Amino acid sequence: MEPSYLPTTGSMTPALRAARLLGWFSLGLGAAELIAPGRIARALGMEGRETLLRAYGAREVLAGVGALSMEPTPHIWGRVAGDAVDLATLYLVPRDADNEQQGNVRTATAVVAGIAVVDLLVAAALTQERGRTKADGSADYSDRSGFPKAPALMRGAAAGAPPPDFRNDPSRNIEHADEVRTASDVQ
Amino acid sequence: MKALVWHGKQDIRYDTVPDPEIEHGRDAIIKVTACAICGSDLHLFHNVIPAMKPGDIVGHETMGEVVEVGADNKKLKVGDRIVVPFNIFCGDCWQCKRGNYSLCEESNRNAALQEKAFGHRTGGLFGYTQLTGGYPGGQAEYLRVPFADTSHIRAPSGFTDEQLLFLSDILPTGWQAAVQCDIQPDDTVANWGCGPVGQMAIRSAILLGARQVIAIDYLPERLSMAAAAGAITINFQEESVLDRLNELTDGKGPEKCIDSVGMEAHGFNAFGTFYDRAKQMSLGESDRPNVLREMVYVCRPGGILSVDGVYGGLIDKFPMGIFMNKGLTMKTGQTHVKRWTDDLLRIIEDGLLDPSFVITHEAPLAEGPKMYRVFEKKQDNCIKVVLKP
Ligand SMILES: NC(=O)c1ccc[n+]([C@@H]2O[C@H](COP(=O)([O-])OP(=O)(O)OC[C@H]3O[C@@H](n4cnc5c(N)ncnc54)[C@H](O)[C@@H]3O)[C@@H](O)[C@H]2O)c1
Ligand SMILES: [Zn+2]
Ligand SMILES: [Zn+2]
Repeated sequence: MEPSYLPTTGSMTPALRAARLLGWFSLGLGAAELIAPGRIARALGMEGRETLLRAYGAREVLAGVGALSMEPTPHIWGRVAGDAVDLATLYLVPRDADNEQQGNVRTATAVVAGIAVVDLLVAAALTQERGRTKADGSADYSDRSGFPKAPALMRGAAAGAPPPDFRNDPSRNIEHADEVRTASDVQ
Repeated sequence: MKALVWHGKQDIRYDTVPDPEIEHGRDAIIKVTACAICGSDLHLFHNVIPAMKPGDIVGHETMGEVVEVGADNKKLKVGDRIVVPFNIFCGDCWQCKRGNYSLCEESNRNAALQEKAFGHRTGGLFGYTQLTGGYPGGQAEYLRVPFADTSHIRAPSGFTDEQLLFLSDILPTGWQAAVQCDIQPDDTVANWGCGPVGQMAIRSAILLGARQVIAIDYLPERLSMAAAAGAITINFQEESVLDRLNELTDGKGPEKCIDSVGMEAHGFNAFGTFYDRAKQMSLGESDRPNVLREMVYVCRPGGILSVDGVYGGLIDKFPMGIFMNKGLTMKTGQTHVKRWTDDLLRIIEDGLLDPSFVITHEAPLAEGPKMYRVFEKKQDNCIKVVLKP
């Protein structure tokens, strides 16, 4: 299998780069939701739901840490699910809010929907280029012993090779301590 | 020249960089004919070894032809074919005199930085962190080899690059892991990790006379290569490592245990838990300790744990009580490559082992970044990648 989607000049794929950006975005948004849930709630007409917003913030931070990790794929799929939850939450915001807040909710919905599309594309691309497939691991290397004879005949073939003992090799000319130091010498 | 350059996590690029120059009289510069990607490079790729700098040239398994020698280098001449040990060492200091080449006290040009982090200095390494000197590595068209007059391994004629290249690292590393086990004829040696290093450790243990060698991993293709050398295999995703090891040793446990996995061990079980993941996420633990914990638990009392897998920082919950009360010994270290290469050259020349068995992929250096991904993801049955500039 030739993973042809990989660039030849660098090891980072476009999807991996995008996952990193989404990771930082998650961290930023999560921090905002954790630190200032009150302001967000007011802007969206969601007063009283600050605890929920904080929980979403924690979710974003975890997704961010995951997206920046070595295996971002499941975490970007996690973001897709998170986007769906966010959209549902925005949909359920009470409609009796004032005009300005309704405008904010519409804008937020559009932004989240846009990001959801990006998340979905990146998650799909990462899944596509995901490492090992079922076919990998199928090779049988049982003819690659590296030995000239059956392993049983090689057992102990080099057992005579003594580990070089440098301390006993006079050619190494290691100077031996010729005086013994006691506590009084090191005051 | 062209070289593979580290830019960040999972970001290695094939870049144009300045050619190396002779900086000291004992140096040599080689034109690289073959180099390889190592499991240690994967730790750098994953940015789990501290103090990498964007722009660092990676690679530490390299061989080639001498194209330039320093004025004081009386041992080498242009045209010589040499293999380069991954350690940079002077050959004259207190540690080098004892054969502890990876601990050379003269070769780490960032020793002050490392002394702050580690308490003491260790030797310089090619293509590794700033802590070990930040020396440009050998996944490149040319390489400057400091102290080349003492550190080089002369390549005998009649052998291909593929047969000799691994004298630079993985063959002596597997060998040292086995030698550290002080193998007795009735020993069972259990080796965790069947990557290139584990494969060499398994063969070394057989050549050094172990009664029984057991190989542990979860990748079937790697286990098949371990079995090729006569090892009994355990797939840790399909069977219980503890049960199988006890079964194979009449409940006594293996006398000798080798960790050829290192800091990025896989697996969730009694020895690697959600507790670790949480701790690692909060930066309270940098390395994964599952294999070490498993070895301490299963090793026969009085036995030896030989750790050639690389660790970078902190582990948590090391079972010190079991380790002490079972009277275990642990031996570790970056390999003192040159200490073993005379013996190993003889082994290759006598035809006892042809290390090229481990190569599954060869590609031009330009394809290096892609091959890092293939090796990282264990795609395409990849075990060892050799790159040719
Ligand atoms: N001491 C040295 O001087 C030295 C030199 C070279 C490499 N190394 C180190 O040796 C280690 C192995 O190198 P490699 O090139 O073979 O790398 P590798 O990544 O190809 O091999 C590691 C193997 O360990 C297996 N593994 C993961 N978790 C495991 C578990 N819980 N139990 C059993 N097996 C498990 C993986 O499936 C993989 O096959 C790395 O840590 C590398 O840095 C050390
Ligand atoms: Zn290596
Ligand atoms: Zn030295």
